[in-house]
Amino acid sequence: MTSTAIVGAVQLADGSIDFNYQGVIDDFWRLTVDGLSYGAIYALVAVGYTLVYGVLRLINFAHSEIFMLGLFGQYVGLMLLGFSPSGDVYSQGIILTITYLALAMIFGMAVSGAAAVGLERVAYRPLRRRGAKPLIFLITAIGASFVIQEIVHFVLPKIWPSLGGTNAQKPIMLVEPTKQFSFGGADITNITIVIIVAAVILAIVTELLINQTKFGRGIRAVAQDPDTATLMGVSRERVIMLTFLIGGVLAGAAALLYALKIPNGIIYSGGFILGIKAFSAAVLGGIGNLRGALLGGLLLGLAENYGQILFGTEWRDVVAFVVLVLVLMIRPTGILGESLGKARA
Amino acid sequence: MHGVGDALRSWWGGLSRPAQWAVGIPAIIALALLPLFPPPFLDTPGTSFGGVMAQFAMYALLAIGLNVVVGQAGLLDLGYVGFYAVGAYTVGLLTSPNSPWNQTDGGWLSEDWAWLACLPLAAAVTAMSGLVLGTPTLRLRGDYLAIVTLGFGEIVRLLADNLGDVTNGSLGLSGIAYPQVGESAERPNGIFSSGNVGDADSANIFDKANAGTWWFWIGMVLVILTLLIVGNLERSRVGRAWVAIREDEDAAEVMGVPAFKFKLWAFTIGAAVGGLSGALYAGQVQFINPTGFNIINSMLFLCAVVIGGQGNKLGVIVGAFIIVYLPNRLLSVQAVGQTAVGWISLAFTVALVVALIVVWRRWARNQERPIKFGYLAAAAVSVIVMLVVLNNVLRFQAPGAQSLGDYKYLFFGITLMVLMIFKPQGLFPVRQKLLAYGRQVYQAVRKPFGDETIGANR
Repeated sequence: MTSTAIVGAVQLADGSIDFNYQGVIDDFWRLTVDGLSYGAIYALVAVGYTLVYGVLRLINFAHSEIFMLGLFGQYVGLMLLGFSPSGDVYSQGIILTITYLALAMIFGMAVSGAAAVGLERVAYRPLRRRGAKPLIFLITAIGASFVIQEIVHFVLPKIWPSLGGTNAQKPIMLVEPTKQFSFGGADITNITIVIIVAAVILAIVTELLINQTKFGRGIRAVAQDPDTATLMGVSRERVIMLTFLIGGVLAGAAALLYALKIPNGIIYSGGFILGIKAFSAAVLGGIGNLRGALLGGLLLGLAENYGQILFGTEWRDVVAFVVLVLVLMIRPTGILGESLGKARA
Repeated sequence: MHGVGDALRSWWGGLSRPAQWAVGIPAIIALALLPLFPPPFLDTPGTSFGGVMAQFAMYALLAIGLNVVVGQAGLLDLGYVGFYAVGAYTVGLLTSPNSPWNQTDGGWLSEDWAWLACLPLAAAVTAMSGLVLGTPTLRLRGDYLAIVTLGFGEIVRLLADNLGDVTNGSLGLSGIAYPQVGESAERPNGIFSSGNVGDADSANIFDKANAGTWWFWIGMVLVILTLLIVGNLERSRVGRAWVAIREDEDAAEVMGVPAFKFKLWAFTIGAAVGGLSGALYAGQVQFINPTGFNIINSMLFLCAVVIGGQGNKLGVIVGAFIIVYLPNRLLSVQAVGQTAVGWISLAFTVALVVALIVVWRRWARNQERPIKFGYLAAAAVSVIVMLVVLNNVLRFQAPGAQSLGDYKYLFFGITLMVLMIFKPQGLFPVRQKLLAYGRQVYQAVRKPFGDETIGANR
């Protein structure tokens, strides 16, 4: 038995993984740009996890489904605007395209934001009033995540026949990926530009919102010390609602960017893996820390993209999880540490 | 507050040890005979009841193992399916003809008893993997531990999927060994092969049993053995250390409990039991592929533990039964059928909604400050969802559409959410007892005053 095991192990190391260093070096800039655009999407979703964790100490497991609802939200929005899912590319002027993209993003944000606030009200608030343990929240979140997925899977097609169901939606292509310019051997497409620009703007807006406004101060206060914050006149319920709203809205925005990047990704189970990765990104940067979530998202996107060339495409998801486990081993509170409450403007 | 569970518990606790055996053994025999004589309403018309019970035994084993980790030691493990997969793949890799590790054609791995020999091997390999995962990760706490274990579960599945040269990738491993005994003219591959459909008319119960029933019996033996071992552990110093760690790790450490060591123990033992269950699964199905080991299953296992009541061994077995049985029962219920079925379903739905409202109103009356809006919204949403889901029942459409089994995860999710709001401790919450000499003290204490010889009278 030992000999067969050794044979197996040798085959394993020999055949399944070949370390393609050269590929990473040759394609470095292309991989970096692609990794950053994935990372930007992870980062936006990760903010939702990190804000809720910072304020409530709760892993909102159903956040991946909020993101998935955002995917459908922007899709329905585009259909309401008169687009039909033909799989062909609509070529319009740049102004019109950007307008439609912005409208679709608003649809996605509205659906996700509303869903996140609704989820908080229906599922978490009753638990919070009873002072439930974290495990109870987690199980409820798992339950909620099943419910949302299955509603899109089975119930939605009964109400709107072409929507939901087992198969992915036929994409509505607003933008055709075309090369705009080259950077160090990497082709920068218009989609990459849209994703990175949108993500940067949203990240800055969120940062300003948390650090400069009165609402943001409330969120930071509750994250730091809920009881004292309540004594100082901060409405905890409002802060929590706002936290879920911001997280949901950003997930909705990320959904549009994701749909641009992966047009065939609009499916009832589409949020699951992305949700796990965004959560990993949040933990990577230090859950509860806004800048950590952004950093973690970008790093995870990059690591994944280098890793998939280094080890082979099928190892992409493995790389993400191994990076997560390694970082937690070395630095259990993530790269930047847990500090939404301590973040200073 | 004394419910049925408490009454049952105090009755059981009051029996003497021989009396417990006298009640327990017939109960176990009755349970073992259940798949042969399925009660009319309990039966699963869409699928073999024996097969469902076999699956139940497998999940019960998983739930007992996970209960050690989550319920006893309080370690939140979201990647338990990883251990289940390791156990299944150990058996698969050793005995499947698809595996490059099994090149002993005609050797011991293709013998009749190969599966049985692999069973302890699978448990040992899984225990090792528990040790390997636990050693670095158990220094993390709470949510961080949860996410690392989640990552581990996913890594195991992805490894199984991607190491195509060894695990045959997404095609999976087939032809896994199973106990080849009882070959006869009617059952050329033995009583455990899936070809054994049983002889429903036979008077001999061993002829009547189909393959599922036989696997259920093996599963029951494993469950009982595991219960004995785990039960003894719980009552020992190890079990008391687990409870101490679960309640307050820092306090336990201060009081001299080496928390890390006992956490690792819990993790390893839980993993070994999970691996045993995986081996059971591999043998029964004789085919494994990575899709059977995704994270959703991990969540289901955790749900079995939480629904049943963490920390309560018998409770989690009931939880496992609910998890396995309900989807299989719903599988055979057509959402669409004759008009009569539609009317019955409609009446049932209305009754259910009325009952819900009555229960809710009674509950709200007893609250100091009823939280009206949230519950009303939750109730309204679930009623709407139910009505929409059942809309084909309501419209009495022609036959041929989905069975209610398609909606199993929907109902499941709603059940979880409602249960967590109203009964977060699970259906059978554990009661803390005096652990040392628990039974003797309990019996002495619960006897009414006056008729006993403890205390000053003596």
